[in-house]
Amino acid sequence: MARRINVYQVAAKNLFRKKTRSALTVLGIGLSAWVLLSLLGFNRGYEAALNKDIDNMGFQVLVAAKGCPYEAATLMLKGGTGLRYMNESVIRDILRHPEVEKVTPMLMQAVFDPNKGESGGLSAYLGVDPATFPALKSYLKFKQGGWFTDTQAHEAVLGYEAAELEQREVGDMILILDKNIELRVAGVLTRSGTQDDGTIFVPLRMLQKEFGQEGRVTAVGIKVDRRADITALENKLYDLPDVQVVSMAQVKQTIMSLVSTAKVMVLSIALIAILIAMLGVVNTILMSVIERYREIGIIKSMGAMPWDVFRMIWTETVILCLLGGGVGIGFSVVLSKATDVLIRRLLPYTPTGSLVAVDSGLAFLTIAVILVIGLVSGVYPAWRASRVRPLESIRSEGE
Amino acid sequence: MSRQTSVLEAKNLTKIYRRGSEEILALDDVSLVVRPGEFLSFVGPSGSGKTTLINILGCLDNASSGRLKVSGRTIFDGRKGLSESELTRIRRQVFGYIFQKFYLVPTLTVEENVLLPFAFFKKPGSPAGVLGLLESLGLEKRTRHRPAELSGGEMQRVAIARALVNKPEILLADEPTGNLDSKRSEEIGHVLKSLNRKEGLTILLVTHNPVLARMAQRTITLRDGRISSCGKVRSLSPRPVAK
Repeated sequence: MARRINVYQVAAKNLFRKKTRSALTVLGIGLSAWVLLSLLGFNRGYEAALNKDIDNMGFQVLVAAKGCPYEAATLMLKGGTGLRYMNESVIRDILRHPEVEKVTPMLMQAVFDPNKGESGGLSAYLGVDPATFPALKSYLKFKQGGWFTDTQAHEAVLGYEAAELEQREVGDMILILDKNIELRVAGVLTRSGTQDDGTIFVPLRMLQKEFGQEGRVTAVGIKVDRRADITALENKLYDLPDVQVVSMAQVKQTIMSLVSTAKVMVLSIALIAILIAMLGVVNTILMSVIERYREIGIIKSMGAMPWDVFRMIWTETVILCLLGGGVGIGFSVVLSKATDVLIRRLLPYTPTGSLVAVDSGLAFLTIAVILVIGLVSGVYPAWRASRVRPLESIRSEGE
Repeated sequence: MSRQTSVLEAKNLTKIYRRGSEEILALDDVSLVVRPGEFLSFVGPSGSGKTTLINILGCLDNASSGRLKVSGRTIFDGRKGLSESELTRIRRQVFGYIFQKFYLVPTLTVEENVLLPFAFFKKPGSPAGVLGLLESLGLEKRTRHRPAELSGGEMQRVAIARALVNKPEILLADEPTGNLDSKRSEEIGHVLKSLNRKEGLTILLVTHNPVLARMAQRTITLRDGRISSCGKVRSLSPRPVAK
């Protein structure tokens, strides 16, 4: 027995009429959906990765020498140079506050390494106190070896990626070129998924001495008592002379403001891509309607109402857009690593971990956006088709 | 209940086309009654008004003046007429159309093309009879083929099947063999004649083909928008030229 065919099947089959054109339109929508989904994923992923980095810092407040807040934020998350120094005595002042549970002083130093990269680069060393730092960074686990044997030891602990980059194992030596100092690798950390993976840790006292910075630190990390009011403590710490207090919330805000410009740029690109895709859809469907002008007229002469024709053309648009949305989601999943690398190259600071977090919720949101675009794009061609008069198409038969 | 004496009743139909300031009289006071089950052919030179008349009779166009009744229902009377949606309903219920070009959907199979009207409405025909219809038109082995795989004659038969699938009262055929060779034209002519005889289908056929025109019970000749003769035409072949 013959099976009834419905408008949706007719619409779907119509798309096979010009396969290349339909495929290119789907590809265009797919690229737009990819950009959109990646942007939405980035919006979520970047913040999540930043939060993770901040949570993994082990301290909630950082006291640094007064200066640029962006620099301070960078110091906290990535390490920096051209830093200002504080007197180590600030630790005593900090510890006076009852809200403070633990503190750990840090000294960041960087030297030029001509062997780094194509034209040389900076190697950074973070001087930490083996008595306090490991307690705050309890999540750090060793792949090999352990922390320094002595606060003055010429030793280093390498983050997972730093060890890979330097190609060093426990017992190997690393050389601080500028100072001609040799350090023995005392330990190599496992991958933590944080900025610590790329850090070279050295004993604080040794670093102070070798770089002539005795009694000076670049920052002091503070772990606040769980019951204490962090904001109240921050306000009290502001009273200390020549220091700036950077809370994790501030760091997050600062970093987010840094990337907001990039996000606006990417959003603009996404909007332009969506607009182009929309025009592509309108063009494809409109051309298809014009090509089928007489056929649509015949369909109307058979008794199809304007709404029937509108629905048929609208369905074609929606099918194109849904297919494009699916292709875009596929792109996002398959190319997520490439997108991650691209974003890392574009942004001044990127946290560790996955920057683009695509999940089913965002995929559905993308499909919904693309669907709305399809519905809007399809209105004009569908309206044009619905207004085809059977007589006009039949009259033009002999032309 | 009295038996319906006419399926189409046209009275004093006039159609004037305006092209800028110029007025073209396409139909001039044409009156016509078509009885149920009649097979009419319309002949005449190009521009004589055949297609205009059949379009008006098929509710695809309005006349400038006159009256038209289809299946007892007044389609227009003077300036008053049915709305576009009401006309669509009349078209779907009463008429089947075939044209010189077949306009089959290339991405659909023969069977799907024939079923196409059912994508838009459910009554009064039924998809159940489609295979029988295709068989009666000699297309039973072509149901899964696409139009590109068919000959011209087969494509026109598919178009006929599509026009008949909703069981119309009247089949309007405007130059249905215009794109076919003489053999295929005759084949289509026989299909139409058979439909008229066996199914009692009312057929209005516009043609330039004298062989096809002769198959009809009544032939109406139009000239300059007027009916110049009406009756059984014995010969439509060109008159011998006097030496």
